[in-house]
Amino acid sequence: MRLFKLLFISAMVLVFGFSGMASAGTLDDVKAKGFIQAGVNGDLFGFGKPDEKGIWRGLDVDTARAVAAAVFGDASKVKFTPLTAKTRFTALQSGEIDILTRNCTVTLTRDTALGLDFCQVNYYDGQGFLVPKKMGLKSAYQLDGATVCVLPGTTTEMNVADFFRSNSMKMKPVVIENTAELAKAFFAGRCDCLTSDASQLAGTRSVSPNPDDYVILPEIISKEPLAPAVRHGDNQWKDIVNWAILATINAEELGITSKNVDEMLKSKDPIIQRFLGVSPGNGQALGLDEKFAYNIIKQVGNYGEIFERNVGVNTPLGIERGLNALWTKGGLMYSPPFK
Amino acid sequence: MTGINNNVQSDKISFWYDPDKRSILYQMGTLVMVGLLGYYLLSNILSNLERQSIATGFGFLQKESSFEIGESLISYSAADSYARALLVGVLNTLIVSFIGVVLTVILGTFIGVARLSKNWIVKKLAAIYIEIFQDIPVLLQLFFWYAFFYEMLPSPRQALNPVSGVFMSNRGVVFPVPVFDKTYIFMAVALATGCILVFLLRRWARARQEKTGALFPLFKVSIAILIGLPLLVWWLGGAPTQIDVPVLTGFNFQGGVNVSPEFSALLLGLVLYTAAFVAEVVRAGIQSVGHGQTEAAMSLGLKPSRVLNLVILPQALRVIVPPLTSQMLNLTKNSSLAVAIGYPDFVSVAGTTINQTGQAIEGVAMIMAVYLFFSLLTSAFMNWYNKAIAIIER
Repeated sequence: MRLFKLLFISAMVLVFGFSGMASAGTLDDVKAKGFIQAGVNGDLFGFGKPDEKGIWRGLDVDTARAVAAAVFGDASKVKFTPLTAKTRFTALQSGEIDILTRNCTVTLTRDTALGLDFCQVNYYDGQGFLVPKKMGLKSAYQLDGATVCVLPGTTTEMNVADFFRSNSMKMKPVVIENTAELAKAFFAGRCDCLTSDASQLAGTRSVSPNPDDYVILPEIISKEPLAPAVRHGDNQWKDIVNWAILATINAEELGITSKNVDEMLKSKDPIIQRFLGVSPGNGQALGLDEKFAYNIIKQVGNYGEIFERNVGVNTPLGIERGLNALWTKGGLMYSPPFK
Repeated sequence: MTGINNNVQSDKISFWYDPDKRSILYQMGTLVMVGLLGYYLLSNILSNLERQSIATGFGFLQKESSFEIGESLISYSAADSYARALLVGVLNTLIVSFIGVVLTVILGTFIGVARLSKNWIVKKLAAIYIEIFQDIPVLLQLFFWYAFFYEMLPSPRQALNPVSGVFMSNRGVVFPVPVFDKTYIFMAVALATGCILVFLLRRWARARQEKTGALFPLFKVSIAILIGLPLLVWWLGGAPTQIDVPVLTGFNFQGGVNVSPEFSALLLGLVLYTAAFVAEVVRAGIQSVGHGQTEAAMSLGLKPSRVLNLVILPQALRVIVPPLTSQMLNLTKNSSLAVAIGYPDFVSVAGTTINQTGQAIEGVAMIMAVYLFFSLLTSAFMNWYNKAIAIIER
């Protein structure tokens, strides 16, 4: 079925040839239709998946909502398209979606040969291994000769092959396209280990029949900076997405949350006044409302709030901030000044 | 008819009223339109891809693939090129389709004949089989068999050991194989020679039967030649007996040959599903031969087996072959569902290639080309076979 979707999108590209994209910038298109079409995962707990009431939840989903809040002043003006790892880039290239926030790793090939532009990273991830506890493994370097369950259509397949090759170890991949089927095969013992981004392993582990039977090995074998992507060449749209994400980080740096943002409007601090649009300039430069940052923080929250709500220690995923903490707290999240 | 008329009256008919010339004109017009459409699509893709600065062309085939493939008939590693990775995928598709088609025809024929059996239980069992396997979507059947293999069988450390050297676990079935020896090549040559000998023998036996009426025990002699000749060569070559026995080391068995659960599940699912359709095709073919034919043959005093072989099957095959071809094509195309249960077939490998290189149009074009090629090849072979068994008027 996914193949058909891929074929279908390819056929669309063939027939319509990216029609209507050269006519106007994405910002004008989005304003004209009144909402943003965002491509998301659809099946990944904590990043992009509808809850039991059908409301989309996740870190990537909230990123798209932040952009909608910046453009329309209304975080709900966004529609979501669930995409597989295989179809995601084609969907963006063909204009089916306006922004791709689907836990995509930034790589050189994707940034260049695929005609995409990546924005500010919204989650720093890395690939790890999930193994059954009873195997008694302490390190990924003990995995020589192992059978490895992998999800296709990701950087994961290449990373795991690179890791085994560079350590002169042998591996046998079992590649299953459906996340749920892959997890089932792993839990039944078809593979010795499951490899994926550490955040996804935490999600998979949390849905296993008995989460305590499985451990994530300490080695992180790759860098996976996950970032939203837009089409190459639309600089204004890229700026908007970029600064919408940076606004959530900057707000956390400044101690502004969705709770206190209204009080912060009265702040005498010129940095905060500029950031929230009390003293104008930033909005106009981006082609947005002066209150864009205020709207994002008020409706979606700062980065810390978004993180804790979707993947943090109090969620079933239970992920620590780690690399995703602010730079002042030993992490990598850092926003250039809003001026 | 028109041709003859035209020759006689060609001077009188004007160009526009000559049906032959007009049809040529129509066909040329259609060809030009299709060509223009193709040109428009292609140039549209290329210009748009260029404007979007998306890479095009098949240059990526030479690049290092950097991903591993679970099972392969030829040596392959992540250091090989995309072209070789895709070749591995093509061979994987080919082997599962080929074995699948052979087993399907055998099983389908068997069940189709059983469906017409005079034994009530056999007849009903065949009918139940056909109804069940025809009515469940093949993807569900594949999931079922795959889950069956990895849920039912134990882990490698507790592997079942039904026969010495053979191990069954959720990593597949491993069994010992002889270590390679030069003698085996000569044995293969001996087997090929045996086949030619049997073919010649069959022609001679036929000619003799037509002349004298004497029967020759062809079947028994053929088996003796086909088994005896390679055995003789094996004995002459020093009778090599070294065997590569699988041993459990680390995570899995090393040595021997491993048949993975993915391959087994895919093969089993496709064969059981398609065999149900083939059984119906076979039943319809046999029933299409009038009952009078059987009665006539019996009244000539032929044995039931000879009635089937000499009278019914030659006539039934003409009805069976065309729909059988389409079932074979179905099996080949359904093998692309492998991606759902983790068998690295061509679609699976091409999918990974598309994702890593981002060249979806080239990748999808290759998928279409490969399946088209397989289908045309199967059709060509079956059409040839259909012609060979057609009624030869004497």
